[in-house]
Amino acid sequence: MKATVTVMLKQGVLDPQGEAVKSALGAMGFDGVAGVRQGKVIELDLADGTTEAQVGEMCEKLLANTVIESYRVEIA
Amino acid sequence: MKAAVVQFPGSNCDRDLAVGFRLAGFDVEIVWHKDASLPDDVDIVGVPGGFSYGDYLRCGAIAAQSPIMRAVAEFAGRGGHVLGVCNGFQVLCETRLLPGVLMRNAGLKFVCRSEPLRVATADSPFTSGYAKGDAIAYPIAHHDGNYQIDEDGLALLRAEDRIAFTYRDNPNGSRADIAGVLSANRRVLGLMPHPERAVEASHGNEHGAAMFSALAGALVAA
Repeated sequence: MKATVTVMLKQGVLDPQGEAVKSALGAMGFDGVAGVRQGKVIELDLADGTTEAQVGEMCEKLLANTVIESYRVEIA
Repeated sequence: MKAAVVQFPGSNCDRDLAVGFRLAGFDVEIVWHKDASLPDDVDIVGVPGGFSYGDYLRCGAIAAQSPIMRAVAEFAGRGGHVLGVCNGFQVLCETRLLPGVLMRNAGLKFVCRSEPLRVATADSPFTSGYAKGDAIAYPIAHHDGNYQIDEDGLALLRAEDRIAFTYRDNPNGSRADIAGVLSANRRVLGLMPHPERAVEASHGNEHGAAMFSALAGALVAA
């Protein structure tokens, strides 16, 4: 089984990299980009039977720093 | 008096930190990240600067889960002294020995220069060699030194006088110009600037020497 973890900065946390990408897009002539947030995607190849709760624990303990980041888990 | 300096794959200030401790009279032992325990007679642990584990995932995140950091957390839990510099500060935040996080510099650039600082409290074994309000300078060299903490956390740091150093010319976007913070028991300090790079005349200034000598004095008395 596979799980995909998406880690994003929480709303309200300044994302300097997203801001830089946004201004670069504007400079390239792409109008109307109101906001850019940059995060990361982590793909996990897991033993069958791994629970969503276990993946959640992986996120809490390592994959995300929950002080500033939120995460979303999708299991396929 | 003995200091242990932790070495992770990617640490690059471990030997500099050892020199800082030695000049103040400490015996120094370098401990490896895979070690599960500290030497018995250690008085203080130094977590050095560098790029532990290549800064993979988040700066300090992988190091925080290493066997040696479990031992360091237990040591701190027993009231042990810990100094984390630069990447070491990031590691201490990731282990939650210190509050807050260090994010990418607001200007997105790696900043490397001698940085004007203010000593925000002299009430700690690390800063007792200074007076509150002293203007000093330590070198900085980092890409992820933008200290962030929530409103309640900042209020607590202020109420407990746990902000150790502030920037006089904020180089990285840190909240409230914070350059270094103390733990609640004042025995754990994390800071982005490098005191160990300011301990000999050839470094440009010797402002960092006062930190190591203050520690030596505090730990001899203890």
